[in-house]
Amino acid sequence: MKLREVKEILKADVVVGEDKLDIDVETAFGADLMSDVLAFAKAGCLLLTGLTNTQVIRIANVLDVAAIILVRGKKPPAEAISLAKDLQIPILATKYILFETAGRLYAKGIIGCMEKVESGSERI
Amino acid sequence: MNPAVNESDSILNQYSFEVEGGNFNAAGTVSTRIKSLLKQNGLSDDVVRKSAIVSYEAEINIVSYARKGTINLIVTSHAVVIEVVDEGPGIPNIELAMEQGYSTANQQIREMGFGAGMGLHNIKSYSDKFDISSEVDKGTFLKMIIARNNSKKD
Repeated sequence: MKLREVKEILKADVVVGEDKLDIDVETAFGADLMSDVLAFAKAGCLLLTGLTNTQVIRIANVLDVAAIILVRGKKPPAEAISLAKDLQIPILATKYILFETAGRLYAKGIIGCMEKVESGSERI
Repeated sequence: MNPAVNESDSILNQYSFEVEGGNFNAAGTVSTRIKSLLKQNGLSDDVVRKSAIVSYEAEINIVSYARKGTINLIVTSHAVVIEVVDEGPGIPNIELAMEQGYSTANQQIREMGFGAGMGLHNIKSYSDKFDISSEVDKGTFLKMIIARNNSKKD
């Protein structure tokens, strides 16, 4: 689905990337533990998280994440917004909690970027 | 080891970056730069992504634990080579440090979302070849090779 539809489903505000709402997304990964995001998130997925520091933006860049969805009404600090603009990473902000955010997207067809973690399955 | 990785490959480009220990504001800037340089070198998205993940994990380790470090990026005809040398406490037990879930991260590192004990393991899993050596109270040396023509895909 288009990122625009994600925005509508989550009643989200577009913090960065108003011009990128037509990108296609099919998968997502959700976590506040960046160590696990680095190990498990795949290229092109949505990153659902409640962390808002600049490292989240850097990690999204490193992993080729399609867009960051900030949950639980979190607002990113100015330096994170500025970095996301520089690196052209869309940020959407929703008031839904992580569980609700994931559930609403899943119900509309977004699937996990992986189903479960098997031994050794962190390898891309 | 992937047969496509050959140490005697001709070097096409090489770069070197300094990383300051303890500076979490600057953490990740080198890896962002590495990603951009590798794209400019015309490498595939998959190789760029793996190289960026590996360098980012290593960079965060330098910032988290070492006084300072250097990341060398070498692009050869068949691979991306990333060498990381730091001046820091070193790793007393490498086998233990490589285990998933083992971490010596402090509270500051954990508050940023790190410290789950995935870093070195993740570096190894994204590399086609991985070498690590360390001397306590001196520092740690990492060398990662990511093959350019690799059948492993996302």
